[in-house]
Amino acid sequence: MIQGISIYYFLIVSTLMFFIGIAGFIIRQNLITILLSVELILNSVGINFLVFNRYLYPDQLQGHFFSLFIVGIAAAEASVAIALIINIYRRIHNIEADNVNEMKY
Amino acid sequence: MTLNVLMFYLLSGIILTFSVLTITSRKMLRAAVYLLFVLVATAGFYFLLNYQFLAAVQLTLYAGGIVVLIIFSILLTSHISEKFKKPAPWKLWMGISALIVGGALTLWTLLSHDFVKGADVKTVPVDMHLIGNQLLGLGKNGYVLSFEVISVLLLAAMIAAIVIVKKEKNQKSDIL
Repeated sequence: MIQGISIYYFLIVSTLMFFIGIAGFIIRQNLITILLSVELILNSVGINFLVFNRYLYPDQLQGHFFSLFIVGIAAAEASVAIALIINIYRRIHNIEADNVNEMKY
Repeated sequence: MTLNVLMFYLLSGIILTFSVLTITSRKMLRAAVYLLFVLVATAGFYFLLNYQFLAAVQLTLYAGGIVVLIIFSILLTSHISEKFKKPAPWKLWMGISALIVGGALTLWTLLSHDFVKGADVKTVPVDMHLIGNQLLGLGKNGYVLSFEVISVLLLAAMIAAIVIVKKEKNQKSDIL
């Protein structure tokens, strides 16, 4: 419990961040910018887990560990995605999502 | 207005402004740097919530590691001064309507729900002893299984990344 800040304030911020990430995922065409939007989404979910842990169940650490594992999964996801993006760039010389409609010639 | 409320408004302002800038900026390197600001402000949220260890993890791994990786790949795959094309209007409207409809629905559900704290739960101080014991604990409140699973996942991701970017022997590529 943080003095003077309601749980709703944190949740409003993380909700807006989540949907800004969704909008970016839809609007953008470049694969790396799509990856940036996914990072925004993962980050907002991490905030949510921690806020629920701190405000509603401060006697346990479940949300804390979930957030920790989210950071690990984000690292794995980013590395594989970047490997794929570099491979796609080698094949078709740009990384627009519209041009990637076949993975292998 | 106390100092932590002020800090909360400052951090949430940074987060919202720079998340919008991340998806609207038409230069990719700038978008990555805006994402860095969002991640650092999120670490500020974690400090505000009194989870210092996780804030440090967020700063080193997310803001330090992942953003550097992304900037690296941006420099490898595109020209810095290159600007994006404007998105197709139907895509733009679809994204904005997803933002408005989804955000409104979620916020309405959120604000009409009453979050109740359990009766008399004690707040445990989050120190490194507790985190270490629970992260590698087998019994109640132990997370050793997920710890092992995520270590296997990281190993698999590492091998996959190496295999994917490995050049084939007779592949003639003039780039990278």
